[in-house]
Amino acid sequence: MDVFKSIGFDYVFANPGGSFGGLHESVINYCGNNPEFITCMHEESSIAMAHGYAKIEGKPVLTMAHGTVGLQHASMALYNAWCDRVPIYMVIGNSLDAAHRGGEVGWDHSVQDAAAMVRDFTKWDDTPVSLQHFAESAVRAYKIAMTPPTLPVVLIADTQLQDEQIPAGERLSIPKLSLTTPPSGDTGAIADVAKMLVAAENPVIVTGRSGRTPAGVKLLVELAETLQCGVCDQHLRMNFPTRHPLYQEWRNRAALADADLILGLETADFYGTIRPRVANTAKPLKVITITSGDLYIKSNYQDFQRYTASDLSIGADAEATLPALIEACKKLITGDRKRVFEERGKKLGEASAQAMDRLRLQASYGWDASPISTARASAVLWAQIKNEDWSYVSDALFFSFWPLKLWDMKEHHHYIGNKGGAGIGYGSPAAVGAAVANRRRGRLTINIQSDGDFMYAPGVLWTAAHHKIPMLTIMHNNRAYHQEVMGIQSMANHRSRGIDQIGIGTKIEDPFIDYASLAKSLGVRSEGPIKDPKDLAPAFKRGIEVAKSGEPYLIDVWTQGR
Amino acid sequence: MRNLGLAMAVFTLTPMLTLAQNGGDAENGKRLYLRNGCYECHGTVGQGAGANPVAPKLAPQPIPLAQLIAYVRKPAGGMPPYTSKVISDAQLSDIRAYLASIPEPPPVKDIPLLKP
Repeated sequence: MDVFKSIGFDYVFANPGGSFGGLHESVINYCGNNPEFITCMHEESSIAMAHGYAKIEGKPVLTMAHGTVGLQHASMALYNAWCDRVPIYMVIGNSLDAAHRGGEVGWDHSVQDAAAMVRDFTKWDDTPVSLQHFAESAVRAYKIAMTPPTLPVVLIADTQLQDEQIPAGERLSIPKLSLTTPPSGDTGAIADVAKMLVAAENPVIVTGRSGRTPAGVKLLVELAETLQCGVCDQHLRMNFPTRHPLYQEWRNRAALADADLILGLETADFYGTIRPRVANTAKPLKVITITSGDLYIKSNYQDFQRYTASDLSIGADAEATLPALIEACKKLITGDRKRVFEERGKKLGEASAQAMDRLRLQASYGWDASPISTARASAVLWAQIKNEDWSYVSDALFFSFWPLKLWDMKEHHHYIGNKGGAGIGYGSPAAVGAAVANRRRGRLTINIQSDGDFMYAPGVLWTAAHHKIPMLTIMHNNRAYHQEVMGIQSMANHRSRGIDQIGIGTKIEDPFIDYASLAKSLGVRSEGPIKDPKDLAPAFKRGIEVAKSGEPYLIDVWTQGR
Repeated sequence: MRNLGLAMAVFTLTPMLTLAQNGGDAENGKRLYLRNGCYECHGTVGQGAGANPVAPKLAPQPIPLAQLIAYVRKPAGGMPPYTSKVISDAQLSDIRAYLASIPEPPPVKDIPLLKP
């Protein structure tokens, strides 16, 4: 625990388990519960909470689990974090020495190579065999996890190492942690990119996760304003202010169609994003990428996405590369180019404003509908939170991205991106983890929670209640695994078999789930279901007041599918 | 990244038709619209959806019946085809009547929550 304290962990997220009982007992007694032990009700929740926490705090918590059954539970959440380039620090208990395993369960919970099952989607793991080895590997694991591309690591804590006293006279030392400087682009390559950007008539930036920290948002704004170029956003982080005139995401097809140069920064499916423009071979196009994803890749899982042909690829962290790129661009901009850029920026601002007008018109359709439209729910919620210090901690995809379309998002903590690997069950635990990080800042955490996702591990609400983690959860209760409803419907139609059976295995009805009662049973104040949009505003007001008083609150809202 | 532009283009091209011009039984159309799962992607009042999938709005002012039938039988993009075995032309006429019966939303300028 002295090693972990030296690293600076603020919290332990764990569901208790005997194979790491030695560490658990040390946390609460030897360390006086500092780092604070947050009781989780599922290992998948522990890791998803750590995932959400890291996206707000910028660093991992300490997570613990059994090396066998605990890691098995946690594996999908680890995969989400892996795909989402999020640092997770996981310590798992195991008994390597067969002579020291306790009975049948002890054997069931022991494994030769504990981290093997997640090695394909973790950056590094180790099985230390001495305390000194443990200290060095623990520090190394943190350093590796935090070096872009930031990713999960696993450290095995042998039960004998945990449980036995340090031999008298043993000289142990804790190595100093020094984080590796994020890799930035080669100077010559940056100069080439700057030349191409300044010479281009319509450069467009596509960002995936360039907002690794709050500084990344500011730097991207500076680059875009320097060039007066458009920015499209894959919504994997808070990368760029959504109401900035250069934000072109809501007219991304048109913006990319006009591009003669596309610069991809820490993108995910870059191939899919730029494919329509690449297909138009009549217009010349240059493609540049800057991503730490080029620096570290594994074979088995295919989250690296389809290969994208480019004219110049810089293997580096985009955020770390942006300062040099901005300076290189500024040096090349002549008065003539500046005038061209200003004219371009003006046109982009007008196009962006028109796109926003179209979105508002779109939001008005179904305004009075019941079940309530996701656009209206988002608009009503925005009116209630816009004067608060707020943080939206949900994947916006299933809510038709309305919060991103209608809210003034400009700070890094205003949005934390999506699940990473599209693994369902991420939403509510990631939100609770993010809320832990927001709590110390007195920030209002907003979670718009998909119903199907919530039911994977609803016990996380108890965690929020028990540890007094303030947050407002709005249930996106569309009463189905809606994505799958549409998928099965599509399949049935393609086979011309009728669609009257598509609810089998996809709808969450008969009975409908009473989320307000479920929340109450877990110690969380709640209300709903709300079916009339006129009832939203007063409910949201009540929920925000409770969250601001330091408690979680849940409001069940019957919503449209999307 | 979602293709809003395409969705918007679909419904800006739609001419306005009245219920009388269309014919069809709006009440039955509503029942069919919900039973046949049109609402899953397009919303219960045909308002459309903005993501996953991007589904264009269908109402108010639905496209002409002939165009609707042609599209449903051979759709573009991610929409699956509905053959006449699954849904008849007469039923589509009723669905169109339902869509045509859906009132216009309040103008955006009259919705304070949507002011920039």
